[in-house]
Amino acid sequence: MELLLVILVGAFYSAGIYMMFRRSMVKLLMGLLLLGNGANILIFLMGGLTKGKAPIIRPENSKFLEVYADPVPQALILTAIVISFALTAFAIVLLKRVYTTTGSDDLDSLNIQDLDI
Amino acid sequence: MTTNFILAPILMHMFTAIVLLFFWQKVLIQKIISIVGNSIAFLLCLRLFEMTLSQGYLTLQLGGWQAPFGITFISDTLSAIMVLLTALVSLAVGIYSTASLNVSRIKYGYFFIFHFLIMGLLGAFLTGDIFNMYVWFEVVIISSFILMTVGGKKMQMEGAIKYVTMNMLASVIFLTAIAVLYGITGTLNIADIANKISLVENKGLVTVTSLLFFVGFGIKSAVFPLYFWLPSAYHTPPSAIAAIFGGLLTKMGIYAMLRVFTVIFQPDYFTLTLFSIIAVLTLITGALGTINKRSIRRILSYLIICHIGYLIAGLGLNTELAFVALVFYLIHDVIVKSNVFMISGVILKMRETVDITRLGSLLKDYPKFSFVVALVFFSLIGIPPLSGFWPKILLFQESFKQENYVLLAGLIVASFVTLFVIVRIWSEAFWKISPKPITEEIDHFAPFSLSGKIALIAPIVGLAAVSLFIGLNANSFIKLSEKAAYEMKRPEIYINNVLGSKE
Repeated sequence: MELLLVILVGAFYSAGIYMMFRRSMVKLLMGLLLLGNGANILIFLMGGLTKGKAPIIRPENSKFLEVYADPVPQALILTAIVISFALTAFAIVLLKRVYTTTGSDDLDSLNIQDLDI
Repeated sequence: MTTNFILAPILMHMFTAIVLLFFWQKVLIQKIISIVGNSIAFLLCLRLFEMTLSQGYLTLQLGGWQAPFGITFISDTLSAIMVLLTALVSLAVGIYSTASLNVSRIKYGYFFIFHFLIMGLLGAFLTGDIFNMYVWFEVVIISSFILMTVGGKKMQMEGAIKYVTMNMLASVIFLTAIAVLYGITGTLNIADIANKISLVENKGLVTVTSLLFFVGFGIKSAVFPLYFWLPSAYHTPPSAIAAIFGGLLTKMGIYAMLRVFTVIFQPDYFTLTLFSIIAVLTLITGALGTINKRSIRRILSYLIICHIGYLIAGLGLNTELAFVALVFYLIHDVIVKSNVFMISGVILKMRETVDITRLGSLLKDYPKFSFVVALVFFSLIGIPPLSGFWPKILLFQESFKQENYVLLAGLIVASFVTLFVIVRIWSEAFWKISPKPITEEIDHFAPFSLSGKIALIAPIVGLAAVSLFIGLNANSFIKLSEKAAYEMKRPEIYINNVLGSKE
C-alpha cells in the first residue's frame, strides 16, 4: 500500500510540474491542483498508514500505543484541502478575468507590460 | 510567561475587519474605522513589544493543550520586533490609503482585506507551530491576491497571474516540506521538532528538508533564482498596496527562514555556503536589474530583491554579530521600503507618471516634500547617521572577519549600485527641469483637500522620522538587535520556554 502511494505521489508531482510548463493558463491551474493533491497524499503517507486501529487511546491502555492510528495527518490534509479549495476558486475567477481582458489563454501573451523598461 | 495578551493584536485586526463588513458601501465610515482600528492595534503591539522586552518570552498554549499537542503562540524578541514593525507600517499605510486610493477600490472592500492581511502577518510572526504558520501564510497570500487584483486593470491582471502562480507553488513546496518534517519527527510544534530533529539519523534527509523550506520561503522572499515574479508584479497595484507588499510580505519569508534555520535546523557548512552564494547572486542580479529601468516603481521592485540579499548574507554568515546586523537591517528595510513606495505614489499623483525621463522640477515645485524624500533616500543608501548605515557596516565587518571576500564584494557592489540608482532618480526626477510644462490636468495632488494632503504626506514624514530616530539612536537599536541575535543563537531558550511551560 505504501509503495502504491509513493508511486502515486511521484505521479502527481511530475504531472503537476509538467502541466505547469505548458503555455495554457488552464493547464497551469490544473498543474497547481495536481501538485497540491500530491502534497496532501504525501502528508497522508508520511503520517504512517495504520489500518483498522483507533486513533486516540486512553493513557491507561498504554500497551496499545504501538499500533494506534495517527489522527493528525487527516486534520492537516483537511485544512490544506479547504485552503486549496478557496485558492482554486479565486484562481479560476482570476483566469476568467484575465481571459476576458486579454482575450487569450496563452501565457506568452501576458508579457506585454514587461517590454517597456 | 503565559499570557492571553499575545492574541490581542491579531484579534484587534480581525475585529476591525469584521466591523468594516457592516459598512460595505460607506467609504468615509470605513476610513474612520480603519484608522481607529489600526491605531488601537498599534498600541496593543507596542504593549506586546514592551512586555516581551521586560518579561522575556511570552507563550500561550491555545485551548489549554500542553505544548507538543496544542498550538503554541510565542513572542520572543524577534517576533516582537516584527509585530511592532507590522503595526507601524500598517498604521502608516492605512492612513496613506485613505487619500491615495480611489473610491471604487475602497468600495470593493480594500480596507476589509487589508486588515485580514495584517492579521495574517501578525499571526505568522507569533505562532510557534509550523503548520499553523502555513495557515497564516495562506491567510496572507489569499488577502494579497485580492489586494493585487482589486480594481482589475489589464496590467494588474497580468502581474497577478505571475504572483498567484508563484505563491501557490511556494505554498505547495512549504506544505511538502512540512509533510516530510512530520514524517521524520512526528510533531508540528517548532520547539518539539527542534528537540527531535537532532535524534534523526538520516542527516541527508534533514538537509534536503531544510532546503525544501528554503525554496518555499525563498520564492516568497524573492531570492536569486526565484525572484522573477516580483518585478513583474509589484509595480502593478496601487502604491499603498505596493507599500505593504514591498515592506512586509517579502520580509515574512525572511522571518520564516530565520525561524526555521535558527530553531529547527542548525545549518551545516554546505547550507551556509549555499546561503552565501545565493546572497551574492541576489545582491548582484537585483542591483543590475535596477540599472536600465526608467520607472521608479520598477527600480524599487528590483531594489527590494537586491536588499533581500543583505538579509540572506546575514543568514549565511550565521554568527551572532551577523544576526545583529540582520535584525537591524530588517528593522531599517521594512520602514524604508514601505516609505519609498508611498513616495512613488505621491510622485505619481503630482506628475501622473513615475517614468524618470518624463519627471522633473520636483525640487523646485515641492521643496519641503523633496527634503523628506532626500532623507528617506539617504537612509535607503545607508549614509550615516541614517538607519541604513549601521547594519551595512556590521555586515561588511563580519564578512571581512570571516574572510568571505566574495560576499564582501557583493555587499559593497550592491551598496554602490543602490547609491547610483537613487542618485539617478534624484537628479532626473527632482533636479532636472521638467521636460514638459506642468499643467493643471497633470497635477492630481493640488486638487486634494488639506486633510487629504495631510493623509498623503503625514505617513511619509512619520516613517522618515522613524528612520532618522533609528539612525540617531543606533546604540539602543543595536542593543535590541543584540538581544534578538542572542536568542536566535540559543534555540534552547526558545525550546525551554515552549516545552518547559508545564511547571
